[in-house]
Amino acid sequence: MAATQVLRSEWTKIRSVASTLWTLGLAVVVTIALGMLISILSKNDYDSLSREDKITFDPTYTSFAGMSLGQLAMIVFGVLVVSNEYNTGMIRTSLAAVPQRGTFLFSKVTVAALLAFAVGIATSFLAFFLGQAMLGEYKAQIGDPGVLRAVIGGGLYMTLIAMFSMGVAAMLRSPMLSLGILMPFFFLISSILGNVSATKKIGRFLPDQAGSKIMQVKTPFDDDTPYGPWGGLGIMVAWTAAALLGGYVLLKKRDA
Amino acid sequence: MIEAVGLTKRYGAKTAVYNLSFQVRPGTVTGFLGPNGSGKSTTMRMILGLDAPSQGQVTIGGYPYRKLPNAPRQVGALLDAKAVHGGRHARNHLLCLAQLSGIPARRVDEVLGVVGLQEVARKRSKGFSLGMGQRLGIAAALLGDPQVLLFDEPVNGLDPEGILWVRNLMKSLAAEGRTVFVSSHLMSEMALTAEHLIVIGRGQLLADMSVTDFISTNSADFARVRTPDTDPQQREKLTAALTEAGGQVMPEQDGGLRVTGLPLPRISDLAHGADVRLWELSPHQASLEEAYMRMTQGAVDYRSTADQRAGLQQQLPPGAMPQPQLPVPGQGQPGWYAPPPPQQGGQPFAMPQGTPADANPYAAAPQPPAAAPSAAPEMTKSATDNEDAAR
Repeated sequence: MAATQVLRSEWTKIRSVASTLWTLGLAVVVTIALGMLISILSKNDYDSLSREDKITFDPTYTSFAGMSLGQLAMIVFGVLVVSNEYNTGMIRTSLAAVPQRGTFLFSKVTVAALLAFAVGIATSFLAFFLGQAMLGEYKAQIGDPGVLRAVIGGGLYMTLIAMFSMGVAAMLRSPMLSLGILMPFFFLISSILGNVSATKKIGRFLPDQAGSKIMQVKTPFDDDTPYGPWGGLGIMVAWTAAALLGGYVLLKKRDA
Repeated sequence: MIEAVGLTKRYGAKTAVYNLSFQVRPGTVTGFLGPNGSGKSTTMRMILGLDAPSQGQVTIGGYPYRKLPNAPRQVGALLDAKAVHGGRHARNHLLCLAQLSGIPARRVDEVLGVVGLQEVARKRSKGFSLGMGQRLGIAAALLGDPQVLLFDEPVNGLDPEGILWVRNLMKSLAAEGRTVFVSSHLMSEMALTAEHLIVIGRGQLLADMSVTDFISTNSADFARVRTPDTDPQQREKLTAALTEAGGQVMPEQDGGLRVTGLPLPRISDLAHGADVRLWELSPHQASLEEAYMRMTQGAVDYRSTADQRAGLQQQLPPGAMPQPQLPVPGQGQPGWYAPPPPQQGGQPFAMPQGTPADANPYAAAPQPPAAAPSAAPEMTKSATDNEDAAR
């Protein structure tokens, strides 16, 4: 079984359903629109900021503010790509055609991740430039130190969040269950844990908290995070790898 | 060639398939029969390597499915007609399956033509009827032009034209020397399509033989006797005479009698001796359906009981005789040959109210399926059981 055959097939699968267009389209629109809105508000609000806040004002990260909502659409995309197979029962047909389950799962994840990366990186650049345009005089330049890393990191972040969701969906199989766990987790629980001082030390090792570090150019004053931008992304990669490995192990030994 | 050896599948405490050994040979259509929940689909999934057997193994051409080189070109399967993403076009559905197996895209258009779905190739399968879904599933099975084909309930939801088409398709595939393994509940359909039968019940093998052998082994021939409707006494008289002569008599719904254990001339002689006129005396051979019912009677998991409508019936005026209710076959009663259900649900043969059901020692003990092939004594037994229960 050549992996290229499976990759081609997965590409056909992913492009032939409407949910792909909707979820990815929503991720682009929401991330950019919300980023622009927050950038406008930040610009108007800039004068009322404290001196410290003015020094650490991060125009790049501000234009990525839409990620917090846009990532939810990415999660739906990742979950649907995998759980559609189970939801429809197509998994049996697929696994009968590809008895090598590892090849099957990782081809699917590869195709979806490449697509998510293409969309994510485009979104990230658009969100940056349009957000900076809104920020006017306070804007950052793409050539500034750390900015290009943050923008590319934004694309990687969206890709990884989709891949993490694919791993979780491969473990849980049901789209309702997967979304029911992932959505509140990334929308609420993670940010609560990350902002309450008692749980902050744990919260910042969660995939989204650690991963979003790559999009920061300036760190806040009181920040004592023990990892840098790439370290944070590394933590997120570890989470993603663990989720995918879990999905693979379960798929391998479970009855389809 | 599909070969199962000691195939066993357990889900926790439940054993879905137990020690199943059979061979499915090329060149014939092999029917796979069994009641609901008897393990047919589980067996099919194990053949395709989707479920791992707890014990034993099943091979296709000598290989377990997961080790079979280029499996999708050798084996095609229809497991579930509804297992498609509703938002995908029929053609794209087949295309992604074709690409998985390295089959060129023009083959997709070929099989769409074979199953007659060219018109709706670009329609989303969401709007497909069950019959169209079956055709799409059959198209998917045919994609790789495989030597081994598995179909789980392929005629479900098809119209008569579609059923005829599937029947001819199966036969022609088998005639080309392919191995065709078809599961179905529709006995009449299997009688026309399959040449060989594998019957399972409660996950165990009940029969592995040709259709003709199956019918002759498992069917009890009987005589249908009808006395004049105008004179019910004659009927009782004849029943007494036949029973005395060693025959078993069961009343039929329309007032006829089903007689076993006596040859036709003897029945005629006995009727003549008892001075009973006959309106009908005809020989009958059980159909495959009846043979199947008889064989699987002990292995049915889901059995209906007669609807008692307790509290819903109108109170009869005092002294009025309750209307005798003749049972409708299939309601609370698996078939004429079957023993009464474990809990005495209905009143099997519409006799007047009698002793409570627990007076019948046989009622709670259905026949073990293993004893089924010995036809005649079994028949006698269940017939007497029924009479006991009814009394």
